[in-house]
Amino acid sequence: MKKKNKAAGGLGQLLIPLVALGILIVFNLFRDIGFFSIVMRVNNSGNIVLTGNLVSIIDSASELAIIAMGMTLVTAACGGQDISVGAVGAISGAVFVKVLQGMGGITPTSVIVGFLLCCLATILFKLFNGTLVAVFRIQPMIATLILYSCARSIAYWINGDATPQLNSPIISSIGMTIPGIPIPTPIFAVILVGLLLFLIFRFTSLGIYTQSVGINEGAARLNGINPTKIKLISFILLGVCVSVAALIGVCRLGQLNHKTLLVDIEMDAILAVAIGGNSLGGGRFKIIGSVLGAYIIQMLTTTLYAMNVAPVNVKAYKAIVIIIIVVAGSPVVKSFLTNLWRRLRAPSAPGGPRKEGVS
Amino acid sequence: MEDGIVLTMRGICKDFPGVKALNHVDFTLRKGEIHALMGENGAGKSTLIKVLTGVYEKDAGSIEIEGCPGEAHIHSPQQAQNIGISTVYQEITLCPNLTVAENMFIGRTSDRLVHWKDYEKRATEILDNLGIPARAKQELSRCSLAVQQMVAIARAVDMNCKVLILDEPTSSLDDKEVAMLFQLMRDLRDRGVGIIFVTHFLEQVYEVSDRITVLRNGELVGEYAVKDLPQVELVAKMIGKSLDDLAELEQFQKGKRAQDEVVYEAEKLSSSECRPFDFSIRKGEVNGFTGLLGSGRSESVRAIFGADQVTGGKVKINGKAVRITNPHEAMKNGVGYLPEDRKRDGIIADLSVRENIILALQTIRGMNHPIPRAKAEAFADEYIKALDIKTASQDTPIKSLSGGNQQKVILARWLLTHPQYLILDEPTRGIDVGTKLEIQKLVLKLAEEGMSITFISSEIEEMLRTCSRLIVMRDRNIVGELTGDELTQVQVMKTIAGGEE
Repeated sequence: MKKKNKAAGGLGQLLIPLVALGILIVFNLFRDIGFFSIVMRVNNSGNIVLTGNLVSIIDSASELAIIAMGMTLVTAACGGQDISVGAVGAISGAVFVKVLQGMGGITPTSVIVGFLLCCLATILFKLFNGTLVAVFRIQPMIATLILYSCARSIAYWINGDATPQLNSPIISSIGMTIPGIPIPTPIFAVILVGLLLFLIFRFTSLGIYTQSVGINEGAARLNGINPTKIKLISFILLGVCVSVAALIGVCRLGQLNHKTLLVDIEMDAILAVAIGGNSLGGGRFKIIGSVLGAYIIQMLTTTLYAMNVAPVNVKAYKAIVIIIIVVAGSPVVKSFLTNLWRRLRAPSAPGGPRKEGVS
Repeated sequence: MEDGIVLTMRGICKDFPGVKALNHVDFTLRKGEIHALMGENGAGKSTLIKVLTGVYEKDAGSIEIEGCPGEAHIHSPQQAQNIGISTVYQEITLCPNLTVAENMFIGRTSDRLVHWKDYEKRATEILDNLGIPARAKQELSRCSLAVQQMVAIARAVDMNCKVLILDEPTSSLDDKEVAMLFQLMRDLRDRGVGIIFVTHFLEQVYEVSDRITVLRNGELVGEYAVKDLPQVELVAKMIGKSLDDLAELEQFQKGKRAQDEVVYEAEKLSSSECRPFDFSIRKGEVNGFTGLLGSGRSESVRAIFGADQVTGGKVKINGKAVRITNPHEAMKNGVGYLPEDRKRDGIIADLSVRENIILALQTIRGMNHPIPRAKAEAFADEYIKALDIKTASQDTPIKSLSGGNQQKVILARWLLTHPQYLILDEPTRGIDVGTKLEIQKLVLKLAEEGMSITFISSEIEEMLRTCSRLIVMRDRNIVGELTGDELTQVQVMKTIAGGEE
């Protein structure tokens, strides 16, 4: 009994996202079982790939999932969100493409160098945000509003108004599939970033530091933690996430468009963090929750398209479902459900029969 | 329902995960009495109050209120108010920037149109009637805390209340204000209101109450008339053991003898918050900083720990010069600091008991050397047992523990780092008598084992019991140092007041 309670406690935060995902799946099962069919198919470039709604959901949610992971950390440490992730992602993409062009073509070396430099640039921009937040103690949303509004202009300065095409098997291997492997590469990128973060949290005590800073910065400091450093680290990790997402975004399309790359992803990322049961006020967090959140958002979109909802209407339907998920995860509903659960489990408490009354 | 009884609670049970907060508790309140509800932290006082006011739902038991036929079902504070149960909390819950009259009537009129003129008139009547020194048109924030409290009471009383609950109403009042409040309480009692009085201050209970109900560990110990229960017995009933423990403490003190080795030495240490001061402590010594609030005692120890910005001075640890400019450096040099404000500076509320215990040790080890899970669990188990921390499990968030147990967790956090010099700033504040004694005993035992300890407390008596040297501060300066025979309450008071020098 006790063990069960413990397990439920650990699952608590993930309950709502898991249930939401479950309902989406069940709904689709009843709606059209073919929704889940996965088939091997030969794609345009002659590779054998897995196709189907599920694969496409997991594939196209990759950028969102990766950025949501980083967003979770910034949220946990700073109690606020970075709304410049999409715009800074455009800079990352611009830097990547600029390096490719500068090195005279797309070779494995130039791609690796390009990615490393784009990573570096992104981290620098994120450190700019981080400094405003951690050192100058500006509200994260205001601090990151600066780059939110100007980062796409910076991307334009780097690369001009052109939308350079990147035609190379290397690029399509990153953005689509590697020949011989039927699973889209972006899915591996999510796993890789997830693994990286897992290892960092497994082999350092960053997790407890981040949560302490997010919950009670003053007390964290008195326990020997440097809150500024922890917040900056969260922004650095977000920077890594953003550059990976930008890399995928550029390679997926095989072109760079600084106006559309990762556009509007910041709000979806914040939403994913929230759906994952993480407090947007900082503190306790579960990265896996945010990843689930990202997949829920994408599955919802795909489901709506599969139901032939007109693209203009998709956002409205999406909003309705998201309201339901967010309200279901709200503290009020949660405590109501907990009470209900307790009452169902112990219908008659000791000390006399319960009177049926107004309740 | 019997005559003269206004409230009966019977067999009230309330469980929280892993804890029986209330176990078949009975409580009876008569018309026109002041009934003190006593118990240590975690005894169930606040839970009982919260059940009564509809904040919590009871798991079992019945509540009957005079004038309500049958059993009363209270599901919300609003409902409690409607059947005549009003609460005035420790913190003022009114709106400071509204006037007294507005505060008294806001949110309780069903009229569509608001007649402030009428309300002001009625407010004046009530205030006069109760003898509360406030004007209806006065902005509430301009009244003293005591008067604000009284306005809150006037609001409650005017809402036709039969049961008035005062939850720690005196903790932020001075003696004169307490006297005013008590007068008001007596007045209300004479008008037939039943008052439940929750407080930590024993003297106040004896001054104003008619009857006492004692709870311990969520169970009813008993109901007594004040005159039948001497103060010593009340304490004994609250902590559930005899006061022989006090005698035991004296034993410890006799054996207490500091060694010669100086562990920590500061010369002209200053911080952004305190003036330069000299200080040293020897191995196995317990000393104390005393002085009035704001005298600089907390600021001084914060400078030692590097909690505030250190602006100058030389520090030696075990004779070696070191630099301590932030808490991390202090911790690495074997200094620990239990802060004065547990809620603000001590606990990480949402983290588990285990995480709170290992936090300081973890930061000393550094970010790249996380404490393995199994080891952390073992540490937590060890200290939960050693300090008798009452928690459902080590995964429980620390915020759901009672104040005393939270404090023990923070204490465990520092003990786990095995500091050579531990600073305890008000470790016993807001903690029940039993835990207080435990902590004092622990301090003496640790000193015996060779730890140097600075112990700060607002209760001089407590410091006299534990410290062999007292540093007295006034107006942010050290004005005296007392040892040996000088350690008497009178001498300490005199030095604080600065009469003789």
